[in-house]
Amino acid sequence: MNTSRKIRVLIAKPGLDGHDRGAKVVARALRDAGFEVIYTGIRQTPEAIAEAALQEDVDVVGLSILSGAHMALVPKIMRLLRERGMGDVLVLVGGIIPDEDVPKLRAIGVRGVFGPGTLTSDIVAFIRRELGLEDGLDGDHAEEGEGS
Amino acid sequence: MYDREKAQEVRKEKQRWQETTVRKALERFPERYESFMTISGLPVERVYTPDNVVEMDYMRDLGLPGEFPFTRGPYPTMYRGRLWTMRMFAGFGTAEETNRRFKYLLSEGETGLSIAFDMPTLYGYDTDAPEAEGEFGKCGVAVSSLRDMEILLDGIPLDRVTTSMTINSPAAVIWAMYIVTAEKRGIPRRKLGGTIQNDILKEYIAQKEYIFPPDPSMRLVVDTIEFATQEMPLWHPISISGYHIREAGSTAVQELAFTLADGFTYVEAALDRGLDVDAFAPRLSFFFNVHNDFFEEIAKFRAARRIWARAMRDKYGAKKPRSWLLRFHAQTAGCTLTAQQPENNIVRVAIQALAAVLGGAQSLHTNSMDEALALPSEKAVRIALRTQQIIAHETEVTNTIDPLGGSFYVEELTNRLEEAAEEYFRRIEALGGMIAAIERGYPQQEIAEAAFRYQMEVDAKRRIIVGVNEYVQDEPIEIPLLEMDPQGYERQVARLNEVRRTRDNREVLRTLRAVREAARNGKNLMYPILDAVAAYATLGEIMGVLREEFGEWEEPVWF
Repeated sequence: MNTSRKIRVLIAKPGLDGHDRGAKVVARALRDAGFEVIYTGIRQTPEAIAEAALQEDVDVVGLSILSGAHMALVPKIMRLLRERGMGDVLVLVGGIIPDEDVPKLRAIGVRGVFGPGTLTSDIVAFIRRELGLEDGLDGDHAEEGEGS
Repeated sequence: MYDREKAQEVRKEKQRWQETTVRKALERFPERYESFMTISGLPVERVYTPDNVVEMDYMRDLGLPGEFPFTRGPYPTMYRGRLWTMRMFAGFGTAEETNRRFKYLLSEGETGLSIAFDMPTLYGYDTDAPEAEGEFGKCGVAVSSLRDMEILLDGIPLDRVTTSMTINSPAAVIWAMYIVTAEKRGIPRRKLGGTIQNDILKEYIAQKEYIFPPDPSMRLVVDTIEFATQEMPLWHPISISGYHIREAGSTAVQELAFTLADGFTYVEAALDRGLDVDAFAPRLSFFFNVHNDFFEEIAKFRAARRIWARAMRDKYGAKKPRSWLLRFHAQTAGCTLTAQQPENNIVRVAIQALAAVLGGAQSLHTNSMDEALALPSEKAVRIALRTQQIIAHETEVTNTIDPLGGSFYVEELTNRLEEAAEEYFRRIEALGGMIAAIERGYPQQEIAEAAFRYQMEVDAKRRIIVGVNEYVQDEPIEIPLLEMDPQGYERQVARLNEVRRTRDNREVLRTLRAVREAARNGKNLMYPILDAVAAYATLGEIMGVLREEFGEWEEPVWF
């Protein structure tokens, strides 16, 4: 990765769910942490999200879903990202994700799953470590599915 | 409320106490924080005394229960006469599954129904619409046509229970389905009691389940208010909601201010239609959140009643005392539930529910402990309902009205909340009213700002959330989660296709044309929508016509 430019993050809300409190808080916290953040707004289709990720040339895609539709929407987004040559982008999912779905999301390439109660600082640390920007701080980031 | 001279004496004594007794104590034991504040950020003093409330006039500011300005309660006997309605919000999967849950809740002592609809229904899509992919039955029950509503309400005594329906953009259509279902069973519409949420302004502000732009949305709301005024004397055609505003991250002050400002906007729209304020005002109802800051929440409910009563009487000229009353449903704050150590949520919900009762709620939903993880299981719902029953029957808090009235702190907080709300009213007014403010993203940005501030306080441990940023435990979570019918989706789509095949499609086309006609000529849409629903036109078809006529709203994106 080109370390001379800011890390670019797309925060997206797929599906019909309009609960955007978490997406906005995370977007702002990542911006305050020095990332370049693009927020799609609500009710985005998987196609629109993959296309935005490509056009904005992002390093990270954060998907916020609280409606329970993640098992229908996330696999589709992962496939569309791969089709656009963006298979190596770091994908995170946040929202209400039952424990049993976490391994399924990991299996299709989602690297981090953050549930309710996650501290924004943990998400920042996670992204930095996954992108190899610095050592993983205290190494005590949110475990998937339960926050920290 | 106190003799000025005596209050002055107290003030002097308090100053002496700060300089001597308190100072000495602080030298040995500093306080935990430099300053204290409510969850909303209002400053909190060390102790409250009569001098804090000396400007109050008892009869002007508090009065007696059931009398203006209703600060102490909307009814003269409150829970001594009748307990609040225990109304548990429920809905998931197919109409059959939710119908079973309703019957279970009624058999366990629930006294009113509250229907949760799934995302496609909330957005006016049929279950099989492409936009609905993956969303069927997840956050509520799917209702795509009258047939689903008939199954959903099967065996429920609609002439005896009241039903609250959490539905906004498509409220007119879903309400029409409820009415037609009852009428087909021989229950006339004037006998039906219940509420449709139908509060579109808070959708733009907070929950974001809007479809149409503000103007046609407001027209639909006024159509339903007008229809209720003429035909449904027992129904509340709108539940003006702060709940979602709070869940989106607002403070208590913002919840109070934006909700009441929305209320004023509906009143003004109905007056513009030419409706008589005393004909519709008694049918307006409210819905508030009940969050963790115990005293602030109680003060919020008291302030809401006082502000509303004064505005309805003095600004909008309502003559009937019933028009001045703010009556509200409360729900414990979903956003305070933690996924970590979920059993702790039972305790949070109990404390919040107690605040709702001490604040004088007319009906109450208590959240289930597992809702930060998934849809609530039957056991979790039962515990939540039992929490209300324990408060109602074991704590004796229901014996007297507004027991915290006269508390120096609660009265001071009530006053501060009222003042802060009025400051917001002035700012909204200066922006050209609530709709103009929404179009500029003003309440949305205020809320996002508060949500971010709150999260930063949690991140920095200025606020401790038990089990989240302190007292953390690494244990697997052991609570039973709800299993849904895996064939539900197929069953629902098959039923929908059967409805489309067996109905009189010419009648459907005719009634949909009438809906389009009314959308264009401004006649009340409820009547053609009732006809279309009765002909088994689907939700998606009726909303599709309105989408074509009214267009769709897109909010500006920012964070």
